[in-house]
Amino acid sequence: MSAHTAPGPQAGTTLVKLTDVSKYYGNIRALQGVSLEVTAGGITCVLGDNGAGKSTLIKIIAGLHRHDAGTFEIEGEETELANPRAALDRGIATVYQDLAVVPLMPVWRNFFLGSEPTRGRGPFRRLDVELMRETTRAELLRMGIDLRDVDQPIGTLSGGERQCVAIARAVYFGAKVLVLDEPTAALGVKQSGVVLKYVAAARDAGLGVVLITHNPHHAYLVGDRFVLLKRGTMAGSHTRDSITLDELTRQMAGGSELDELSHELERVAESGRDTSAGTPAGPPSDSASDRDDTTR
Amino acid sequence: MSAGADTADERLAPASHLKKLLARPELGAVVGAAAVFVFFSFAAPSFLQASSLSTILYSASTIGIMACPVALLMIGGEFDLSAGVMVTTSALVSSMFSYQMTANVWVGVGVSLLVTLAIGFFNGFMLTRTRLPSFIITLGTFLMLTGLNLGFTKLISGSVSTKTIADMEGFSSARALFASQWNIGSVTLKVTILWWFALVAVATWILLRTRAGNWIFAVGGGADAARATGVPVVKTRIGLYMGVALCAWISGQHILFSFDVVQSGEGVGNEFLYIIAAVIGGCLMTGGYGSAIGSAVGAFIFGMTSNGIVYAQWNPDWFKFFLGAMLLLATLLNAWVRKRAEESK
Repeated sequence: MSAHTAPGPQAGTTLVKLTDVSKYYGNIRALQGVSLEVTAGGITCVLGDNGAGKSTLIKIIAGLHRHDAGTFEIEGEETELANPRAALDRGIATVYQDLAVVPLMPVWRNFFLGSEPTRGRGPFRRLDVELMRETTRAELLRMGIDLRDVDQPIGTLSGGERQCVAIARAVYFGAKVLVLDEPTAALGVKQSGVVLKYVAAARDAGLGVVLITHNPHHAYLVGDRFVLLKRGTMAGSHTRDSITLDELTRQMAGGSELDELSHELERVAESGRDTSAGTPAGPPSDSASDRDDTTR
Repeated sequence: MSAGADTADERLAPASHLKKLLARPELGAVVGAAAVFVFFSFAAPSFLQASSLSTILYSASTIGIMACPVALLMIGGEFDLSAGVMVTTSALVSSMFSYQMTANVWVGVGVSLLVTLAIGFFNGFMLTRTRLPSFIITLGTFLMLTGLNLGFTKLISGSVSTKTIADMEGFSSARALFASQWNIGSVTLKVTILWWFALVAVATWILLRTRAGNWIFAVGGGADAARATGVPVVKTRIGLYMGVALCAWISGQHILFSFDVVQSGEGVGNEFLYIIAAVIGGCLMTGGYGSAIGSAVGAFIFGMTSNGIVYAQWNPDWFKFFLGAMLLLATLLNAWVRKRAEESK
């Protein structure tokens, strides 16, 4: 039973550092030469479109996959994680999009699912219900979530609240580094705000956060560092001082490719009405660097 | 969640106790049981006599002993269609092993426990290995056991029922454990009622106050999430099937030691009675929701209806119709109550 470990490292200490990390699936290059740094009390945002390699990157940090080249350091020590459990033991907790909660179960049962504290021994070994409820309430309150009732099924919470419970759970179970996979992807503006506020609270508590997103606005609201991925390679790495939101958005959206796309859309709009089944005549793409948006 | 820090209580309106009560899975069954009770109290004058009540409790207990583990299994998201014939298998193994192999029935009882648990393990193992629906797996087990019950009994005893074991060593002590009864005035109380209450108490304890209980709810309510948080999903499922098997063993021994001989064709169809009791008691067909106490109330409704019809001196042919109507009503009531409870939060 891991008790609540107060985040140890000083703010600014490097917790996780990836240098020139690559990952291949057979002859497919999923990730090449990606570097990233997560500091205590800092939020590193990983931005990229679908297929950019964000998931591969998460999976390496979370211990689901092993990197094929480059170095992966945790608190200055080079590491290769064998499995997600090993990542957890090193203080890296990942909150995936599906959150791993059971909708019909009460919030407090979900909070401790799989790691329930017990008291008594032998046949009288039982859940420490008081501790579970109190802790759930206190932990959520500490991060600014005031639940009406920890007994309500977690399915009755809003998407943002559920996300926050999942994050609070990871924090409580001793996470030093929090990896969040698109926490705002399915949420409205207000709910996203709630989650981002909570992410900031986790940062202020001294955790290092990796925030995966494809929304540069959300990233820029809380992020300290921004790593842009494109087709498995690093398209940019910036600190907050060195980049504006507009520039980040432009780079994220593909920069010159966005211009090209708008040209193309104009052309399709002009010529497209009569050519019924023809493929929209895109240029053979001097932006060979993109498989997602322009050419298809 | 934007409100001030310590105002949690003011938003928990006084009505929350009522709402909590409404959100209990057993509520629909309790309301239904009260309705059935009142109905037969008027329809059948002898229904309210103490002796009738003990008869009702007895027939409720025979269903309830199995409905309880079946409810847990359904909360865990699975079915067991082999539960009915497994009871018969258990009784047959006990009886025939004792008769053929040894002089003491307790040996047969022990072997029967192992065999029945093995069947439960088989169900759970096949389910978790093949990932086929439990409906199919246990339907297969159901048919296989039905065939084995008949085939082996005919092969060994030469008829469709087993030979008497009443003169064997250990019979009276086994009977005391599984099929004794006490007379208190005009009332006869059978030991199965104690078994039933004890099982429901233990099952409730497991469900609500142990880690295993948390896992059962999680496995039924969201197996992927359970797996992701480190819940031993496979072990939980196999454990649930072995729980059904354990209770099938208790039921089987009761049948054997109260009637002394076992009919090999019995038990077919009873699996549905267990499922009905569990569903009337508030178990969701989709898993993740329900209670052991609810299954007991469901079994009690079964006992009241099956005997009430007799006390009212109606033709018992109507019984199944009542049971079906009750199932439908209870399920509708449950769905409605739960929807109300969840909306009102």
